[in-house]
Amino acid sequence: MLSKTSPHITGSNSVGKVMVTLLLTMIPGFACLVYFFSWGYLVNLILASATALAVEAAILKTRKRPVLFFLKDSSALVTAALLACALPPLAPWWLTVTGAAIAVIFGKQLFGGLGQNPFNPAMVAYALLLVSLPVFMTTRWANVDQPSSLLESLQIIFNLSASGIDGITGATPLDSYKQNIARLTSADLLVAPLFNGQWPIGWAQVNIAFLIGGLVMLWRRIITWHIPVSLLATLAVMALLFSHDADAKVPVLIHLLSGSTMLAAFFIATDPVSAATSNKGKLYYGAGIGLLIYLIRTWGNYPDATAFAVLLMNFAAPLIDHYTRPRVYGHTNAVKGYKSDD
Amino acid sequence: MNQQANLITTGKVWSIPGGIHPAENKSQSNATPIETLPVPSELWLPLTMHIGAEALPIVKVGDTVCKGELIAQAQTGISASVHAPTSGRITAIKPHPFAHESGLDAMAICIESDGLDAWRKQTPWKDWQQHSAEEILERIHNGGITGLGGAGFPTDIKYRNKHAAVHTLLVNAAECEPYITADDVLIRYYAKEILMGAQISQMLCSAETIIIGIEDNKPEAAQAFREAAKELNLPVTLTVVPTKYPSGGEKQLIQLTTGLEVPAKRLPSDVGVLCQNVGTLRQIYRTVVHDEPLISRITTVTGKAVNKPGNYEVLIGTSIETLLNQAEAHLKKAERVIMGGPMMGFAIPDIAAPIVKATNCILAPTKKELPVPMFDNPCIRCGMCEQVCPVNLLPQQMLWASRNRQLDNAALHSLPDCIECGACSFVCPSNIPLVQYFRYAKGEIRQEEQDNRKAEQARIRFENRQARQEREKIEKEERRKARAEAAAKALAAKKEAQPEGAAPATDAEDPIKAALARAAAKKQEKQASAASKSIDELKADVEKAKTKQAKALERLAEAEKEGSEMVNALRKAAGKLEEKTKSAELALQQAQEQSN
Amino acid sequence: MLLSVITLLVLAAIFGALLGFASIRFKPEGNPIVEEIDNLLPQSQCGQCGHPGCRPYAEAVANGEEINKCAPGGEATMLAIADLLDAEPQPLDAEHEADPVKQVAVIREAECIGCTKCIQACPVDAILGAAKQMHTVIESECTGCDLCVEPCPVDCIDMVPVQTDIKTWHKDKPNSYLNLIATDKSGLLIPNSETVA
Repeated sequence: MLSKTSPHITGSNSVGKVMVTLLLTMIPGFACLVYFFSWGYLVNLILASATALAVEAAILKTRKRPVLFFLKDSSALVTAALLACALPPLAPWWLTVTGAAIAVIFGKQLFGGLGQNPFNPAMVAYALLLVSLPVFMTTRWANVDQPSSLLESLQIIFNLSASGIDGITGATPLDSYKQNIARLTSADLLVAPLFNGQWPIGWAQVNIAFLIGGLVMLWRRIITWHIPVSLLATLAVMALLFSHDADAKVPVLIHLLSGSTMLAAFFIATDPVSAATSNKGKLYYGAGIGLLIYLIRTWGNYPDATAFAVLLMNFAAPLIDHYTRPRVYGHTNAVKGYKSDD
Repeated sequence: MNQQANLITTGKVWSIPGGIHPAENKSQSNATPIETLPVPSELWLPLTMHIGAEALPIVKVGDTVCKGELIAQAQTGISASVHAPTSGRITAIKPHPFAHESGLDAMAICIESDGLDAWRKQTPWKDWQQHSAEEILERIHNGGITGLGGAGFPTDIKYRNKHAAVHTLLVNAAECEPYITADDVLIRYYAKEILMGAQISQMLCSAETIIIGIEDNKPEAAQAFREAAKELNLPVTLTVVPTKYPSGGEKQLIQLTTGLEVPAKRLPSDVGVLCQNVGTLRQIYRTVVHDEPLISRITTVTGKAVNKPGNYEVLIGTSIETLLNQAEAHLKKAERVIMGGPMMGFAIPDIAAPIVKATNCILAPTKKELPVPMFDNPCIRCGMCEQVCPVNLLPQQMLWASRNRQLDNAALHSLPDCIECGACSFVCPSNIPLVQYFRYAKGEIRQEEQDNRKAEQARIRFENRQARQEREKIEKEERRKARAEAAAKALAAKKEAQPEGAAPATDAEDPIKAALARAAAKKQEKQASAASKSIDELKADVEKAKTKQAKALERLAEAEKEGSEMVNALRKAAGKLEEKTKSAELALQQAQEQSN
Repeated sequence: MLLSVITLLVLAAIFGALLGFASIRFKPEGNPIVEEIDNLLPQSQCGQCGHPGCRPYAEAVANGEEINKCAPGGEATMLAIADLLDAEPQPLDAEHEADPVKQVAVIREAECIGCTKCIQACPVDAILGAAKQMHTVIESECTGCDLCVEPCPVDCIDMVPVQTDIKTWHKDKPNSYLNLIATDKSGLLIPNSETVA
């Protein structure tokens, strides 16, 4: 019990409510993923959630912490949901389970649990899997023109299929554009259904749905505008600066509307635990992620860049914090760095 | 008509960062008129009702006092006097429960009311304009006035401690804390007295303009101000600020109404603003014009456990319990009693504690009304605290520093600039008592500063002592040297007086050596004589020695029998004689051998 | 070949000159670390560390003496020194308390015989008095080192803990639910926090 000290009134907010609101705002985007791509996403979500909760409970128990108290805050579910959105929908079940366990153990609990992790747990797991198991992480994507049904998904995920499918390379617009632009013109490429002009079917809907969810979070004051706006703005500016020739590089709309752009901008980069603190710091932090996403997408070898961009900026967050403290009332300048001037 | 339109101008409203909108809960207590509490039978007047040094009692137990009489005198510097709120007898001067979070008692004077409520002699100044600013300030000082808004800073010091010319007198009528309506109701009934106090205050600080800062949830009070200003023909600027907590904080209201920021660690007067609470201004009027010292105030009593919520005119020193009983509070329903508002007030450890000068509200909420948060979650750094902080701090970072007692790091995040408004704790989804952490860390910083000061002082004293001891040692050495020198000089002078006496001087110089030389010469002589002695002579010597020894032994035996003190000496002597006999015998033997 | 030798020589000369200049220009005055350690010590000059005063102990620490010898500073001082020197914190000696209570000496004046022995023992000259006159401790100057207790021939000096009053009191650190370790299997804890009634 906390001692009775001022203030005696508190708002009705709680960590659990914040997390649940976040989960609810993910529903439209997640529904689009399932609808346009694969039921595998839902299977992954269930697998990841169950694993995350079980692993979290086990570790809390080992750490002699109150289990139910911490499970109630739903933060493990958020991690699981983010991971489920990021992993390939048709990845084998053990990949998802391993990923969720890594996220909770190495991404979160080993650092001391909720609020202590310097890196985004879901992205830690994603990056680890991508580096260790690149084949499974790049070949189990679903195709938007042939969404897999629940049964098909289950068969693939649990390896029950008689035909033994072991390679469904759902091409992503970003990857496909990058690989084909060398031999085709932009105009030729963009007529393909994968691009649908510059509104890639499925991808655009998913991103717009996540954008809507993000706006709801902004309205509910779960997040502030700083990170998403600076992230998207930087990404757009980079794309406009370097991709003005659509025959050479991926154009700006495809950057914004495909891949995990909106998920990253509103749901992953805004994880407050591992992000920069002050409003100004968040602007730098978001801009850094936007910049890195563009750099890795354009000149890197990975199909998408969110995980690495976010993790790299997680590293930079404490430094950003030290140099972006706001100017406090009554002070002429903000206190910067590690030493006070007074 | 036109002139009147110019009389009351509407002020520009600047904005402040952050802020919150808690449920106001003001309607429960501002509907009824002010009720005056009957004089209680006993009043306890603490000597530390203000910021600064405690007042010193000037009465003794058993003295009788009149209403308004001085009972404890302010010390020099920052301090305020205490007056008797009613007539009666002093029955005790001792520690008494005090409304303070620590639960510690404070020295207080107890007055047993005689029921007459008889005033001391009063000298009203209807024409206060005839008096000089210094005289008026003296009267304010003698009236024991302190800020009635909550902090309790001695009022006269505010006028004396000016660092820059004051251009604006800011009347703080914002009252942003939920539940409290003491100022609201005070304005509704006494707007004219408040503005007359403002007039006196304006004269004292020679401000050009009077700005009234009031929240837009008090339209009746704002109207009362307009009418009073018209009546007094006093030009004022009425700035109606949006209702938002904590717009009533001094620094926040200054920013809202003038756009100025008070520099860190400085006073509002450094930016030319003097801010006074409405209650303080009315008290200035009452003290200066009617010669009534600060002996009563208006206090809100509210909360769901109170059946008759409202505003009460209470004598300072009335016990909180008496006031709650008057307001028909169900103390069993009230799970705690809070002094001040729900945002910045504190739970009173003991309701026997008296109402003090700064008590603007007594809040008795039910358990359901203001539940106590049970458990805190970890900080998820969501930043909601940062968004509501009215002074642009980063509470989530300060929390880390405070929790781990990293005082330097806390200072780096400007912890000392925290106004402890509680907005961060209010919005925290993890229920973290942020303000309590900050108050703890601030206390630790204060403590550390004090310890460092004391350590520095001890160091200086230690070093001074060492220097002194060193000095004393040197002085002693010098004195010794000086003495030796003086002796040598005296000797030299003597020498000069007897230049021929060189040989006796050597003797005198070394008498010990001379004595030793003499002894050595004697011994040699003896040995030489022994060598030259004949055997017969030696035989005689032996005989002589033997008889001497026998005599000595006889005497010794006698002495031992009598238990004489001489025993030891005799024994020694006998020993010596024995040696002598032996050496004589030896010499005889040698001589005999030689002769053989 | 020759060119590279010359280049290296020139470079060596330049850097050597630079280093030489820096060593003279930025030469530290005295040993700054002693000063910094001394600043962390409580300056009670009690000598319980076995050194005649705080500065000598600071000098000893700078020369490798153990950092856990300061009794009045307690654990906080030891940790501060460990932090400053980047050294491993050491447990305090068994007889030293981790969080020593601040004390001051008080002379029972009726019993004082005026021998001045305590005055001579006080390292900060905080005792007032003269031969055959009653002595008294200047409380605000007393560091609580208790060096005066031993020499008193009539045992009339008490060490009294300093009381907190309303002016020196400050809020305690809140007792966080998160700092409590589950002691029972239900996961529900019995909070040990004191609440203000």
